[in-house]
Amino acid sequence: MRRFVFLTPLALSLTIGAFAVWGLLNDRNPSEIPSALINRSVPNFDLLPLPGLNSPGLSKKELLNLEKVSVVNFFASWCLPCRAEHQSFIKLSRNDDIELVGINYKDNDKDALDWLTELGNPYTYVGNDFSGRTGIDWGITGVPETFIVNKNGKVVHRFSGPLVGERFEEFKELLMLELK
Amino acid sequence: MNHLKLFFITFFYLVPMGSSMAVEPDEVLTDSKLESRARDISTNVRCVVCQNEPIDTSNSGVARDLRILIRERLLAGDSNKEVFKYLVDRYGNFILFKPPLTLSTVLLWFMPLLVFTLGVIILAGALKKASPLKRSKTFSVSNKKKLDVLENEKEKD
Repeated sequence: MRRFVFLTPLALSLTIGAFAVWGLLNDRNPSEIPSALINRSVPNFDLLPLPGLNSPGLSKKELLNLEKVSVVNFFASWCLPCRAEHQSFIKLSRNDDIELVGINYKDNDKDALDWLTELGNPYTYVGNDFSGRTGIDWGITGVPETFIVNKNGKVVHRFSGPLVGERFEEFKELLMLELK
Repeated sequence: MNHLKLFFITFFYLVPMGSSMAVEPDEVLTDSKLESRARDISTNVRCVVCQNEPIDTSNSGVARDLRILIRERLLAGDSNKEVFKYLVDRYGNFILFKPPLTLSTVLLWFMPLLVFTLGVIILAGALKKASPLKRSKTFSVSNKKKLDVLENEKEKD
């Protein structure tokens, strides 16, 4: 009993200390919200194509019919980080094992079209989510956000923020694991 | 001094005004009962952009979308519970300010009770040890012997 009484404060302070150290770790981002979609089927959505673009629109049905590992990227012409990560997707679009599809989030038709003409269109399908409702159905908090969907139409990973540099490498690694 | 006073008075009057201003006039429902339910729900929903603010006071675009969405769900006849479920399905429990009791939040919910019980046990143990009754007993026994010795010595003198 006596030993227990003496050890309690020590054990308590060690526990609190461990939490404090964990809180200060560099690779922990407390503002990153875990996605509710992980390991669940793609949400219901049905989006029209972007007028003037030769890519068709996108819906859950089409995404499931692909039977391929797909990457769903939410982008907007008004979003600067999207511009930064665009080259990553141009590179990725050369891989035929992956279906790269885009969802244009809360954007003006003409701006989006100009943006894709200027930077290149890496997407085989582009859905036009002007209202942002599909964004909510996917639980996005902003753009850019990118999801990896496996062959069975299950969401397996979510990345928020631009996929450049180290983040892009990390993303590619996880993507390659899905392809196996 | 007077200026400072004036500043504080205006400041503290404006703060609550500003916080209720996030809900824009075009969002407000004509049915005041539904509107008050919508306000009630949105004060308990975390804005996913400015994370420690409820969507009710947040000016971010997603917060506005969610406020409108909540009102749409209410108009469609959803109960408050159904609205919360709709949001949790998309954003997870993170979107709720009050974390529900799940396996991962058991500790969060019962930690106060646990610490309290532990405290009571430790306190009870410590009090038992320091009990004045017990001490006086041992004290008197040892003292009695000393007293006896002293008294014997006195008698010899």
